[in-house]
Amino acid sequence: MVENRPLTAFLTHLVLILGVIAIALPVWITFVASTHDALRMNQAPLPLWPGDYFLVNMKQTLFGSGLSGTESAPVWLMLLNSLAMALMISTGKIAISLLSAFAIVYFKFPFRMGFFWMIFITLMLPVEVRILPTFEVVANLGLLNSYWGLSIPLIASATATFMFRQVFLTVPDELLESARIDGAGPLRFFFDILLPLSRTNIAALFVILFIFGWNQYLWPLLITTDTSMTTIVMSIKQMLEAAEQSPQWNIIMTTALLAMIPPVFVVIAMQKLFVQGLTETDK
Amino acid sequence: MADIQLKDLVKSYGPTEVLHHIEGDIRDGEFIVIVGPSGCGKSTLLRMVAGLESVTSGEIAIGGRRVNELEPSARDIAMVFQNYALYPHMSVRQNMAYGLKIRKLPKDEINRRVEEAAEILEIKQYLDRKPRQLSGGQRQRVAMGRAIVRDPQVFLFDEPLSNLDAKLRVQMRLEIRKLQQRLGVTSIYVTHDQVEAMTLGDRLMVLNGGYVEQFGTPIELYDRPASVFVAGFIGSPSMNFLPVEISTGHATLPGGGLLPVAAAHSGAATLGLRPEHLKEDENGPLAIEVDMLEQLGASTLIHGRLHGTGHSITASVPGHAHDGIGSIRRFSAAPELTHLFDTVSGKRLAV
Repeated sequence: MVENRPLTAFLTHLVLILGVIAIALPVWITFVASTHDALRMNQAPLPLWPGDYFLVNMKQTLFGSGLSGTESAPVWLMLLNSLAMALMISTGKIAISLLSAFAIVYFKFPFRMGFFWMIFITLMLPVEVRILPTFEVVANLGLLNSYWGLSIPLIASATATFMFRQVFLTVPDELLESARIDGAGPLRFFFDILLPLSRTNIAALFVILFIFGWNQYLWPLLITTDTSMTTIVMSIKQMLEAAEQSPQWNIIMTTALLAMIPPVFVVIAMQKLFVQGLTETDK
Repeated sequence: MADIQLKDLVKSYGPTEVLHHIEGDIRDGEFIVIVGPSGCGKSTLLRMVAGLESVTSGEIAIGGRRVNELEPSARDIAMVFQNYALYPHMSVRQNMAYGLKIRKLPKDEINRRVEEAAEILEIKQYLDRKPRQLSGGQRQRVAMGRAIVRDPQVFLFDEPLSNLDAKLRVQMRLEIRKLQQRLGVTSIYVTHDQVEAMTLGDRLMVLNGGYVEQFGTPIELYDRPASVFVAGFIGSPSMNFLPVEISTGHATLPGGGLLPVAAAHSGAATLGLRPEHLKEDENGPLAIEVDMLEQLGASTLIHGRLHGTGHSITASVPGHAHDGIGSIRRFSAAPELTHLFDTVSGKRLAV
């Protein structure tokens, strides 16, 4: 649709520009805040242009003890914790849902649809709803303050199972039959045919799940008491409440900036596969 | 190379029986075409031979070995699917080599076979392309190549040409025939296209509603169709059928004409006349009121009704015929080219 009306062009651009400002301005302020010293950040008005403390702040945030006067873990460790948790959640979710979708689509076993609906129903049970029993289980298993405890309760995923089921249903039956004639067993078919065919969908899901895992707040807050297991998202909140001093905005904002980098990197790196995975239907 | 025996083969889905007691002996190296209208069970039968559908009762034997319980891969067969079923993420070479790789053949042996098959099918220059970069005809060749490299005892074709355009279909039909003759592998080919069936098959198995109507050479089927169904299915344009009364070597046509037929029988019957066996004859007993002409170039199809009745009838005459719609033309037919069928069972009446 090509239209040439100056007023519409102006209005659409206005809306777009407002949208960009609404999204980008907070990010800009975060960046600006990470380039000033603590003193400047506590004076009004807030600076709108970068200062020259970026490297200093970065160094103190990443390798120092973060906020001065507290005993939280250095931010690089938190980044590592978050990364480990997000990777474990996303790969775990993908692996498990691929296998369960494979079972549901390609195998006939008693109560197959029953199992499918049971998986489906877990959509109604996110971790926030089952938080007490889940905590109990994790505590009894001795998984508090560990990567396993951080990730396993979040791994089961009805959404991903459902999505892979739909993907597998679009794979023509002839491919399976052809593979059977070629002598491929179920696992061989799964790894040689299904996985490569779902490559883009896996990538798309990985992006979504990585961000889901990275942004976990409530669950890590509950089960990590050891500062060496703190994740970055929960630490930002803790930094705000730290001690009886005014918040050290420069450090907090540097941390926030660092926390943004991995998700942004994942999205940018996998953008092409992400779009393909969500839009292509032809196998 | 192997013969195939189908013994009292039955297939049911729940209480519904879809294939009824199929019998068939297929000799080593034979090209068998299973033909029938859609829904007659022909694909099901082929898939049972392939091992993709279970056998309800009866037995399938390949090379004298019962294969009912064997996995498709253990039956030593290769199958070509209607939509090719190539693995979209693998190159042509990988597609063809996949089955061999699973069988753990040595690498150079796999390469040799793939190259050889590619040579035969003239797809050497496409070996490193992906299926989606190929045209329909080329994909079809790759699918056949994948069957050839396996060096199987039996080829199974499931309507392999129905996704191709008409011209390519004729060309591939010839190539499949040549290839099969060259390799000498027993083949079963499923199609709904009677021309394809006639030109390809050493023998044809005509299926209708899960029953074998007739199993014989194309000429047998054309010359002596065993039932009204086969008579109407084989041959193009299809046979005309008229209800007649037979007495003393003559059939009384619905309009009242008398047509000499070769019959020992008397009473009611269904008379079958092929359009191409109707000869224009001024004194002929068949008076056709012409409704429409179809010009085919070499011949003309005359569509009309038997004069004075509602029975539609088609005749094929050589050359061109331009006008005469509404006129009455008279035809006769040689007694040895008439077919008589039982009015109830539709079976051919013995002469």
